[in-house]
Amino acid sequence: MSFVPQLNERSMNEINFDATPEPALPAEIPVMSPAKSRGTEGKEAAKSLIEIEDLGFSYDLGQTETLRNITLSIPKGQVTSFIGPSGCGKSTLLRCLNRMNDLIDTAKVTRGKIKIMGQDIHAADVDPIELRKRVGMVFQKYNPFPKSIFENAAYGMRIQGVKSQKVLAEAVERALKQSALWDEVKDRLNSSALGLSGGQQQRLCIARAIAVQPEIILMDEPCSALDPIATARIEELITDLKENYTIVIVTHNMQQATRVSARTAFFYLGELIEVGPTTKIFGNPSKKQTEDYVSGRFG
Amino acid sequence: MWRDLTGYAIFAFCTYFVLLCAFYIFFDITAKGLPVLMDKGTDFLTKSPETLVVFKDEADEIVQMPMSEYSVFRKDNPAAVIRDEHTHSYSAGGIMGPLVGTALLVIVCMLVALTTGVATAIFLNEYARKGRFLNLVRLAIMNLAGVPSIVFGLFGLGVFCLWPWLPVLTYEPSESAVLVFAVPFTDGWLSFQGWGTSILAGGFTLAIMVLPVIITACEEALKAVPMGFREAAMALGATKWQAIRTAVLPYAKPGIMTASILGVTRVAGETAPIMFTAALAHKGALPWQEAKGSGLFWLSDFLTQSVQALPYHIYTVSARIPQSEYTEPMQSGSVFVFMLLVMIFAGLSIYLRGRYRKNLKW
Repeated sequence: MSFVPQLNERSMNEINFDATPEPALPAEIPVMSPAKSRGTEGKEAAKSLIEIEDLGFSYDLGQTETLRNITLSIPKGQVTSFIGPSGCGKSTLLRCLNRMNDLIDTAKVTRGKIKIMGQDIHAADVDPIELRKRVGMVFQKYNPFPKSIFENAAYGMRIQGVKSQKVLAEAVERALKQSALWDEVKDRLNSSALGLSGGQQQRLCIARAIAVQPEIILMDEPCSALDPIATARIEELITDLKENYTIVIVTHNMQQATRVSARTAFFYLGELIEVGPTTKIFGNPSKKQTEDYVSGRFG
Repeated sequence: MWRDLTGYAIFAFCTYFVLLCAFYIFFDITAKGLPVLMDKGTDFLTKSPETLVVFKDEADEIVQMPMSEYSVFRKDNPAAVIRDEHTHSYSAGGIMGPLVGTALLVIVCMLVALTTGVATAIFLNEYARKGRFLNLVRLAIMNLAGVPSIVFGLFGLGVFCLWPWLPVLTYEPSESAVLVFAVPFTDGWLSFQGWGTSILAGGFTLAIMVLPVIITACEEALKAVPMGFREAAMALGATKWQAIRTAVLPYAKPGIMTASILGVTRVAGETAPIMFTAALAHKGALPWQEAKGSGLFWLSDFLTQSVQALPYHIYTVSARIPQSEYTEPMQSGSVFVFMLLVMIFAGLSIYLRGRYRKNLKW
């Protein structure tokens, strides 16, 4: 098993994320590899892609722990949602998965491990830059760059050093098609991304993330700034994307969790209270706190 | 009710007072300076200052003549009647020398100040760990902004003019040089002898003076770029520097440019820092007319020339020579041109800011 091949041939040699990197494949390789489109709900237990083991995390160099004792496995090829009241640590955990928390000076993993495909992502030989190319992220507030639609979608490849206009154009088209935006923007790829509607901008951000062909997409409340119609389109998109990507989504909207995710993890005050199939978490939770939260008694 | 009115009256009065002062200065300078410029025409901008000779001819008419013309006139008319002859320094000719000198000083200054300032701002805002040390650095920078400009002048004199360990390329090393290397394949020398009173010394002194302003403005410009751009770039696998270069700096550029143009107007107007470090009251030749050698030697010689500068020229003609009706046109003309320049730069910065703001919204 290995990560999706890089578009950028040059950087392949530097990748030490995987123990035995495969040689680069040409950029034209089809995105949907059969190995990845497995593991939807109801089939045999999907293989775990992300293993979180007894994780502790602190924003202030270990004085107080924002996350405690998190042990969780996230299966490949499924949508997993993180739910819980504000401040419960679900976004923090999400940002641990691509080490975005490294950007905060005083943030620190105090205990435990996160393994992605068996590799400890905090190991000394893991370059967070390479990790982030494989673990894409979509943010709460859609944040396209004030550039053209094309340049937004091509950004990830440009910073990886892809220069060929042909490769870029193909990748942009593929990403925009996958994010269901192509038909709406194909005639105005060179106009500013900021002229798009909020929902379109968020789908463009998703396109930007999948253009570099990550293995995993992390979504941090991707619909919280959108109206219901735009939200519905993003949810549709998430359902389509799970064929090719493993998605972890943080959401405040419990209906959204039931609509898009196969598994749900409920967090409260920095701890993982319960995790299981979404139907069980919402239908027959085994913990009292979970039941209180999903039934709207608090949170 | 009347309390409210009193407050209104005081605030309004103060505002109108400020406006009145601004307009008075503007119209006074224009009224005095514009006729000078109209009268002298482009000569005022393309000639360097020289001594004005005033005398009475045989018909008792008062004649004014620049020194250069006067000597030709005397040679051609040895028999001419000249009475009551007196001279006024720097009051004839134009302000080409000071204009060129100020432009050169500003260019050197902005090259130094912008590279250092932008780099410092990037470090402070993007890289440095937040904490007590960073606050101390910020405090120091802010304090630097409050230091009187004459202090910067003395500092520049000590460091950039007199300190001998600054290198120049020259064919004739000074006797006070502390270290001299022969440059291979030329007959020139790399000589550590200090920069002396020069464009370089003046430009660096001005740069250090304006740095706090540039750093603070650049930091503001960087802070105005949404955090989301950095996060989005980093989440796509950009290195920190890539994220800054492609997703932060392009959007901070308008702010940085506005700040630097305002910096230019400030630097161009400073007299004290260049008084000891760069400026001369009078210099016949323009810097490129006196620079010797070729290539880097020429550049070095060019940059170590001293120059005239507009604010220093204004100071000289209005305070350092005896005043009379004959010296006034030069004062008013110089001040008027100077004000025009500052207004053009300020206008340019407002225009650029507006133009970029239209293109960059998020």
